[in-house]
Amino acid sequence: MPQTQQLNDFVTQVRRDILRQVHQVNSGHPGGSLGCAEFFTALYQEVMEYSTKFTMDGNNEDIFVLSNGHISPVFYSVLARSGFFPVEELNTFRKLNSRLQGHPTTHENLPGVRIASGSLGQGLSVALGIAQTKKLNKDTKLVYSLHGDGELQEGQNWEAIMYAAANNVDNIIATVDYNQQQIDGSTDDVLSLGNLKAKFEAFGWHVLEVEKGNDITQVIEGLKQAKAATGKGKPVCILLKTVMGNGVDFMMHTHEWHGKAPSDEQLENALTQNPETLGDY
Amino acid sequence: MKKYQDTGKKDTRSGFGAGLEELGKSNPNVVALCADLTGSLKMDAFKKNHPERFFQVGIAEANMISMAAGMTIGGKIPFTGTFANFSTGRVYDQIRQSVAYSGKNVKICASHAGLTLGEDGATHQILEDLGLMKMLPGMTVINTCDYNQTKAATIAIAEYDGPVYLRFGRPKVANFTPENQKFEIGKAVQLTEGNDVTIIATGHLVWEALLAAEKLEENGITAEVINIHTIKPLDKEAILASVAKTKCVVTAEEHNYLGGLGESVARVLTENTPYPQEFVATKDTFGESGTPAQLMEKYEIDHNAIEKAVNKVLKRK
Repeated sequence: MPQTQQLNDFVTQVRRDILRQVHQVNSGHPGGSLGCAEFFTALYQEVMEYSTKFTMDGNNEDIFVLSNGHISPVFYSVLARSGFFPVEELNTFRKLNSRLQGHPTTHENLPGVRIASGSLGQGLSVALGIAQTKKLNKDTKLVYSLHGDGELQEGQNWEAIMYAAANNVDNIIATVDYNQQQIDGSTDDVLSLGNLKAKFEAFGWHVLEVEKGNDITQVIEGLKQAKAATGKGKPVCILLKTVMGNGVDFMMHTHEWHGKAPSDEQLENALTQNPETLGDY
Repeated sequence: MKKYQDTGKKDTRSGFGAGLEELGKSNPNVVALCADLTGSLKMDAFKKNHPERFFQVGIAEANMISMAAGMTIGGKIPFTGTFANFSTGRVYDQIRQSVAYSGKNVKICASHAGLTLGEDGATHQILEDLGLMKMLPGMTVINTCDYNQTKAATIAIAEYDGPVYLRFGRPKVANFTPENQKFEIGKAVQLTEGNDVTIIATGHLVWEALLAAEKLEENGITAEVINIHTIKPLDKEAILASVAKTKCVVTAEEHNYLGGLGESVARVLTENTPYPQEFVATKDTFGESGTPAQLMEKYEIDHNAIEKAVNKVLKRK
């Protein structure tokens, strides 16, 4: 098991990757990506069991589905640094002829991606499908998924949430990036999510809350508790309270950086706050 | 002219049900998902005999399509079943992103397509689905004509790796194609030989085309009837070979003339050798309640309409 310091160094490098990818093409989504750096690091460096010899079927491996595809910078950085493809390829993010499309896709055969996402609200259903196939295949590994909190405004999620509980899909851990921000403002201002915990529980899910979703130790602990709660007849949900833009002071606690790239000066400032650890691509 | 015998009226959806049940026995990777229309889609036999591979999702088509996409990961071959309207328009974005763009091996099986759904009326009578589906890159689009062909197509698409839209219908119609005829995706079936006109028909309109051809023959006009069960990929060679001989064409479909089979055929002709073409199709309109026969007559997609279109196109040669 990597030490906490090593994991935090990994997170810091991931933040640099996010900022540099987005800055280079002056487009992309840094805010949500930064908020989920610890979650992705925990998943791929600590919690999930997988092979970097990528197969689409992923039999006898844990599988991850990213539903809110716009946070592709964090996904790409962690996939690359976990060994799915060369880190140098992060240089091609959002450029012509790249496998690193603006939103993740299987279309260009990027290892680590099993479904296209970007149009919101579909990932939980996809994850349930994978989970049901795993059950048919007697594959005891798990399906992890990540969803934006604003994304839960899409009605399809609630079809999937209802289905999962009614059919005891208990080999899935769906995490909600609960940063309470979306493009137009706070989720409360745009369309209040109400009491998410009560809603998931009312639908029949087992719900865990992680108060500090940007504390790697807490994230790992939360995921481990979630894992322990699988196989008991209920789907499992983690409400992961994160801070959008985490790790860059001027990007935190605001929706301003949802889909905006930093200027040269802003990048320099942001990188100074996150010194190089594993080496830039 | 070769004559075809109706061996007894049957619904195409029952052909789907029979094909699915056969797949249930022969292919352990085939799974079925249904959105609260098991009886209408004739999926009961599969459900009864393979309950572990049958997934009732409730009235939640979006969840069904995306779940089906997920189920391919790990090697399953999902067949989704609901009405054509709810199989396409309602879930277009799910099909576009999770199935077509993601290249998933999902078979979208759609019943009650077109006007012949009948009394339920326009809310359920989709006449735009072929267009919606054929526009999606990588999507194979099939519209079968009778029970036997629907059964054969259902079995054939399980062998093909990629997304497929399979369209069929509600009413009992003539069953005339040979039982156990091998279904080849993308390969048109020439039903009659003729010199004067080519009639390219799909779905329920194939039988109507044969009826029209018989009537025309009485007036000394020989029609080459082509059953084009696959709208995409379109069998260009079969179309061009026939039209090179007849020098004119009538297309016939239970679909809007905007976006349907007719426009695909017109594109093939204009890219190669243009010839006069008439369209038997609905003309940019919604349907309404009525019996299938009444609706086909009123909206001019029956054998009389085909005959009329042939007489018109012959004058344009």
